[in-house]
Amino acid sequence: MDVNEVLLPGVGLRYEFTNRDGDRIGVIALRSGDFEVVLYDENDPDESRPVFRLTDEEAETLAQILGAPRIAERFADLTREVPGLNAGQVEVLAGSPYAGRPLGTSRARTLTGASIVAIVRGEEVIASPGPDETLRTGDVLVVIGTAEGILGVERLFGG
Amino acid sequence: MDVSAAFLLEFGLILIVLSLVGALARRWTLSPVPLYLLTGLALGEDGIVRVPEAGEFVGIGAAIGVVLLLLALGLEFSIAEFTTSMRRHVPSAVADVALNAVPGALAGWLLGLNGVGILALAGATYISSSGIIARLLGDLRRLGNRETPAVLAVLVLEDFAMAAYLPLLSVVAVGGAWWQAVLWTAIAVGALVAAFAGSYRWGHHVGRVVAHPEAEQLMLRLLGVTLVVAALAESVHASAAVGAFLVGLTLTGEAADRARAVMEPLRDLFAAVFFVAIGLSVSLSAMAPLLPAAMALAALTAVTKVATGWYAASRDGVAVRGRVRAGTALIARGEFSIIIVGLIGPREERLIPLVSAYVLILAVVGPLLTRFTALPVARKRAPRDDRPSSS
Repeated sequence: MDVNEVLLPGVGLRYEFTNRDGDRIGVIALRSGDFEVVLYDENDPDESRPVFRLTDEEAETLAQILGAPRIAERFADLTREVPGLNAGQVEVLAGSPYAGRPLGTSRARTLTGASIVAIVRGEEVIASPGPDETLRTGDVLVVIGTAEGILGVERLFGG
Repeated sequence: MDVSAAFLLEFGLILIVLSLVGALARRWTLSPVPLYLLTGLALGEDGIVRVPEAGEFVGIGAAIGVVLLLLALGLEFSIAEFTTSMRRHVPSAVADVALNAVPGALAGWLLGLNGVGILALAGATYISSSGIIARLLGDLRRLGNRETPAVLAVLVLEDFAMAAYLPLLSVVAVGGAWWQAVLWTAIAVGALVAAFAGSYRWGHHVGRVVAHPEAEQLMLRLLGVTLVVAALAESVHASAAVGAFLVGLTLTGEAADRARAVMEPLRDLFAAVFFVAIGLSVSLSAMAPLLPAAMALAALTAVTKVATGWYAASRDGVAVRGRVRAGTALIARGEFSIIIVGLIGPREERLIPLVSAYVLILAVVGPLLTRFTALPVARKRAPRDDRPSSS
C-alpha cells in the first residue's frame, strides 16, 4: 500500500492513503500527541472533511485494537522479512522515570516510533500491553522498531 | 518582605480581565492578542482605569515575555521542517518579502518616519503571526487540506528570516553605523547556523545538560540559561530576543518537546503581560490620528498576503479555492509585529500606536476573512466542535 507522508512544519505529520473503496484518507499526527483523521472529497481533492479527533490515549487504544494483536503474532517473522526492523528487549531500570507509572505516560511509540509489544515480568508475559499497564522496576519490554527507535526506548526507560 | 496590597490587587485584576477576554476570544475562535492589546489600551493614559502600582512589574514582565516568545519559537523549529520548506518554497519566501515588506517600507517613507522606523514598519507588515495562524488552521480543521503545508512553510521561513532581521534592526536602532549592522547581522546569522548545526549534531548533549526528569528543575534550568544568554546577546546589541531564539534552536527532539510543555504556561502569562504593556504604552490620542494610515496599510497588506498565499499554494498544485484559503489564512499579523516595534520602543514615537492599530485590525479581520471565504462548503460540513485545540 502506498502511504504518502507530508510534513506539516510546526504542527506535525500527515499520512495519506487510498483504501480499497477508493476513499482518500488522511491521518494527521499532531506534535501534541493528538491525532486527527480526515477524508478527502472527490470533488475538491484539496479540501479535507474532518472525521474525528483522538487524544494521545485514544489513539494508542485504537492502534492496539487495529494492529497490536497481529503484530504480536507476527513480529518474529516481520523482523526477519523487513530490512531495518528489529526486535529488542529493554529493561525498566530502578530510577527510570516510568517505573511505577502507566506505560501510556511514556508515549514511547509517539516519541520513538518503536512499539512495545509485550512486557515480561518474571514468569509472566503480558502480551500487547495497554497504555494503562503500570510498569515496575525490572520489567523487560519487548520492543520492535528500527534500531534507532529501540535505542530511543532504551533511553526513555533507562535510569 | 514588604508586599504592596495595591500592586497585588491591580495585577490580580489585570489577570482576571485577561482571562475573561481570553475566554471570549476562544469562544469566537479569535486570537486573544488583539484583546490583550485592547486591555492594555483601556488601562493606559487615556484609558478607563489606571494601574499605577502594577506598571513597573508589567514593564519587567514584558521583557521576559519577549524572551519567552522567542524561546518558544526556537523550540518549535526542527531542521527537517526547515529544509523541507526551503526545498519547495524559497520562491514563495522571496515573493513574501517583496510583496509584504515593501508596502510597509513605502508607508513608513510616506509617513515621514526615520530610517529605523521604515525598517521596523517593513518588518511589521512582512511577518504573519505563526501563533495565530497555526492555531486557526487547527481550529478550522484545515490541517488535512492540501494548501496547509504551503501556508506552514511560508510561516517557517518567515520565522527564520526574523532571526537575521531582529539583530539588524536592534543594531540600526541603537544608531550603529551600517558596517556595524552588517557585522552584527553576520555574527547573528553565523551564531544561528552554528546553533542549528550544533543542535543537529550534538543536540541531545545540550538536551542532557538542561533536561531533568522533574518539570520544576527543567523549567528553572531552561529559564535561567535562556535569560543569561538573552542578557549576553543584549549586551552586545544583538537583542535579547535573538539570544532566546538561539537557546530554543539548540534544543531538539524529546528535550524540546518537554521544554515546550513546561515553558508553555509561563510563556502564556508573560506574553499576555507583554501585550498589555504595549497597550499601556499607547495613548488613544496618539493612536486616533494614525488610524486611517493603519487601516489603509492593513487593507493593502491583506491583499498582498493573499497574493503570497495564492502563489505559495499554486506551487503545490492547489486549485483556486485552496489558494484563496491559503492567502486569507496568512493575513493575520500579531505577536511578532508587536515585538518588532517593541524593540524600537520610543525612538520613533508614532510607530507603536500605528502598528498596534494595524495588528488590532489584522489579528481580528484576518481570521474572520479566512473563515468566511471558505464558508459555502464549510457550512455544510462544519463539525460540532467544542473541544479546545491543544496545539
